[in-house]
Amino acid sequence: MLTSSALVLMMTGPGLALFYGGLVRKKNVLGTMMQSFVLMAVVTVLWALFSYSLSFGPGNSFIGGLQNVFLKGVGAAPDADYAPTIPAQTFMVYQLMFAIITPALIAGAFAERMKFSAMLLFTVLWSIVVYDPMAHMVWGKGGLLNAALGGRFPTLDFAGGTVVHITSGVSALVCALYLGKRLGYPKEQMPPHSVVLSFIGACMLWVGWFGFNAGSALAAGSLATSAFVATHFAAASAAVGWAAAEWMRNGKPSVLGAISGAVAGLVAITPASGFVKPMPALAIGLIAGVFCYWMVAKVKARFGYDDSLDAFGVHGAGGTLGALLTGVFAVSVVNPIFKDAQGNPLPSGMFEGNAHQLLNQLLGVGIAWFLGIVGTLAILKLVDVTIGLRVSEEEELQGLDLSQHGEEGYYWETSA
Amino acid sequence: MTKIEAVIQNSKLEAVKTALQEIGVEGMTVLEVRGHGRQKGHTEVYRGREYSVDLIPKTKIEMVLPDALVEKAEQAILNAARTGKIGDGKIFRSRIDEAIRIRNDERGEGAL
Repeated sequence: MLTSSALVLMMTGPGLALFYGGLVRKKNVLGTMMQSFVLMAVVTVLWALFSYSLSFGPGNSFIGGLQNVFLKGVGAAPDADYAPTIPAQTFMVYQLMFAIITPALIAGAFAERMKFSAMLLFTVLWSIVVYDPMAHMVWGKGGLLNAALGGRFPTLDFAGGTVVHITSGVSALVCALYLGKRLGYPKEQMPPHSVVLSFIGACMLWVGWFGFNAGSALAAGSLATSAFVATHFAAASAAVGWAAAEWMRNGKPSVLGAISGAVAGLVAITPASGFVKPMPALAIGLIAGVFCYWMVAKVKARFGYDDSLDAFGVHGAGGTLGALLTGVFAVSVVNPIFKDAQGNPLPSGMFEGNAHQLLNQLLGVGIAWFLGIVGTLAILKLVDVTIGLRVSEEEELQGLDLSQHGEEGYYWETSA
Repeated sequence: MTKIEAVIQNSKLEAVKTALQEIGVEGMTVLEVRGHGRQKGHTEVYRGREYSVDLIPKTKIEMVLPDALVEKAEQAILNAARTGKIGDGKIFRSRIDEAIRIRNDERGEGAL
């Protein structure tokens, strides 16, 4: 579990930092990486002080309480409800890594134009107002949607399709629309300054995702293995799907497309990873690869929003797709999440005979969308009227690295 | 004294350098540039968006030569750099008013 925690942290730094960093223009590489890195620090502090308590402390259906502020009661003894074989502290620090990467994903939508101070304030508030409630509802004791702990509307979300990807992806869309397009978009050409960096980041994301999904089994064993296999298979088939779609449409499969496809598959399998068998995982990946390619290459262009790094197209759309497909393909033989009064497993998903689960998935998806939209809008408005969201025009032209951080990413022109 | 500026294909740099050294050219400056004459660029696609690249990477060699060496140098460049296709590049010749060696203030053709 500690290894899984480390892997998930690595997904943010340097995984996501590199993946996003390579996609932006050279003058914004550090600013973009900083957006990931600073959250590793800031979200950790929030988590330690009170965010863990709000997410996983006992509370009501929507939010945790304050019993575990300053991590009181979170020590060596396991929390029997959450993970009976590991210390509560292990569970806490594992969940922290999810809380870190979720807001970091949103940065993809406001890349290259958000003030650093505004981004800090936004993500602190977002973490508390959107992430903590969603995490609580799906994974916390008493949570409305908690499938493992008797929530009223159990939503199957093994590792965070709704909690992580839909909330961040939908919030990203709201941010992109609210902040508006980058100067010069879409006429001016803004190709990725380093697909090499993005490639390295994406590979780290693929490997790190084993910690994200397999680790969500919260113990070594057959469920962790099943989730590991499903994760890997979905990444693979999605990479093939996106690359094939590009090959057919553009005549050449791009490296950026292949790695984006893998990420899309990993996003989609996230909620399903601990519930589906390997062949459906392949199918989920393939569908996600093609679907997210279409979202990014066609839908975004048609509607004209500047979701700069496709946070909505990959995470919002991929997460929604994955959450719904989880309801289709989940089987109790992989994970007997629903049991009758005698303890016998009940059907999990539609193909097993529980079509009703799709409604619960839809509800979970809907709540994630709702929280993402409403929470984000409110926070954006607040930050906008207090400190302002966007950098000035000069700062945007100069680039975030210099204007926000006083640095250059590559100081190659003038060497000593 | 005459300045020769040659914009050539990147792949021809080694051949041109060797040819110039063989005829006795001792100094040159090499720059990585981008540009185009009549050569068309190409299109790249990232995440479904097309980017047209019409400034093509080229290599520019600059040298200031004694007048006696100029024609031989130009011929050497032409032979080494030519492929016969559009994009081979161009040579420009201009007069130089003065050349000064920084180390010892030597001037004129002796400074070359």
